[in-house]
Amino acid sequence: MRLKKNIAISETGFIFNPSTGDSFTLNPIGIEILSFIENEKKYEEISDAILEKYDVDTITFEKNYYDFIQMLKNNHLLENE
Amino acid sequence: MEKLRYESPIINKVNAGMPDKFGMNVNTKPISYIDGVSVKDLLKDYGSPLFVLSEKTITETYNNSKRAFTSRYPKIQFAWSYKTNYLNAVCSLFHQLGSWAEVVSGFEYEKAIKNGIEGKHIIFNGPDKSKEDLIKASKNGSLIHIDHFDELYMLIEIADSIDETPKVAIRVNMDTGIFPQWDRFGFNYENGEAWNAINRIMISKKLNLVGLHCHIGTYMMSPSPYSVATKKLIDLALEIDHKYKHKIKYLDLGGGFASKNTLKGAYLPGTDTCPTFDDYADAITNVIINSQISPENLPTLILETGRALIDDAGYILGTVLANKRLASGRRATIIDIGVNMLFTSFWYEHEIFPAQQCSTQTEDTTIYGPLCMNIDVIRQAIQFPILQKGDNVVIKRIGAYNMTQWMQFITLRPKIILIDTESKAHIIRKNETNSVFENLEITPKYLKK
Ligand SMILES: Cc1ncc(COP(=O)(O)O)c(C=O)c1O
Repeated sequence: MRLKKNIAISETGFIFNPSTGDSFTLNPIGIEILSFIENEKKYEEISDAILEKYDVDTITFEKNYYDFIQMLKNNHLLENE
Repeated sequence: MEKLRYESPIINKVNAGMPDKFGMNVNTKPISYIDGVSVKDLLKDYGSPLFVLSEKTITETYNNSKRAFTSRYPKIQFAWSYKTNYLNAVCSLFHQLGSWAEVVSGFEYEKAIKNGIEGKHIIFNGPDKSKEDLIKASKNGSLIHIDHFDELYMLIEIADSIDETPKVAIRVNMDTGIFPQWDRFGFNYENGEAWNAINRIMISKKLNLVGLHCHIGTYMMSPSPYSVATKKLIDLALEIDHKYKHKIKYLDLGGGFASKNTLKGAYLPGTDTCPTFDDYADAITNVIINSQISPENLPTLILETGRALIDDAGYILGTVLANKRLASGRRATIIDIGVNMLFTSFWYEHEIFPAQQCSTQTEDTTIYGPLCMNIDVIRQAIQFPILQKGDNVVIKRIGAYNMTQWMQFITLRPKIILIDTESKAHIIRKNETNSVFENLEITPKYLKK
């Protein structure tokens, strides 16, 4: 799973997709996850890092993570695999 | 090392130039306590979902409305509209505060009597009063508000046969400038039907015409139709005095004051647009005081206010069952509160709050109830924080009509709790169980296994 190459991400969580003209905002944890994805981290690595840092259980995070990925797909921010 | 507070990752599309209609109204601030009692504890102790009523809010709202009227007019009487919420605890509280009872069926009439209200303090409205109901109400000296000519003639017959003089009023319907005009109840003012009914009552000499009644509509967004209605009732009272030298003892302006809920499709929230009790009181009392009725004969002003007196005092607490993505990518949250117990979600954009600290990030969400039915939508579109399964929600301002118009459909109705002024919780209605309904049903023997 990879982010589309031309997507611009600012440090404050602002995303711009030049091919559609859409922009998006992310909350801080969304930014963190997106930067993991940018660095091509696998789900297990991301999950370990988040569970280590935040007060959340595995299942809740897993549900939220895949929901988040689905939203990235819906918004055409991921490369088609 | 202590872990950081988690919130789920969110991505929101920026819709430049398209501010959300309810954008100013994002409810991320939780409601964790009601009158000092923890929402979590209530749900733990009494189950989810759960209706909660605040005695403090009922009392404050009642006193507020009473003050608005009594500070403008000397003779004010409230009559609690049973259909709005006829839990015995609620009715008893209103009676304690000084309200009479306003009922519209034999069932409600019986309830009022059981709640200890005197017959002469019961107003009996509605098109469906049986002969037995009318006999009982006549003997008890209740105020019978006649709805149609069939009832009028039946009552004259009854009065004759039981040798009583029932105390009556007629319900008058009229054009007050609102649309749609409610013309199915009572006698019409403009076409002379109301005057005709009055003449028949007066000429029969069997009934004691003590009042004039109207209920011009519900959720009235403007006070001015009340001025029109008051003026028309006063015109009738003056004509009666002129022709029969008979003084009307009371004018009953019915209910209809808006609560602070937001109607579906409204652009601004109800808290910004609804008139206050003072606005309504001004509209009504100014007309009486400035009329031709002499000061020593001022009629009592009766008010049958329902929703505006109790909506704010009611809450329903519930639990998130699941989160979903709809095909469009839109977020859907399913809670255990359905339209079967929150009937008013057909009319109102109810305010929903999380019951616990949560992310201040929100997403455009549809909130569904648990019923396996397409109509089961609590909020079609609300900016809502992402809650997890098991998190709790609080829906505000639901005290009116839900605890009477609810239906036993698919799920059973939950408990209702009253929190008293010392923050003590009382169960005022038990939750339903399967056996309640099993007991009512009879399966013919040949169909039994
Ligand atoms: C005769 C009568 N009085 C009073 C009420 C209470 O109305 P509201 O809840 O709008 O104040 C109703 C409601 O339908 C009614 O029919």
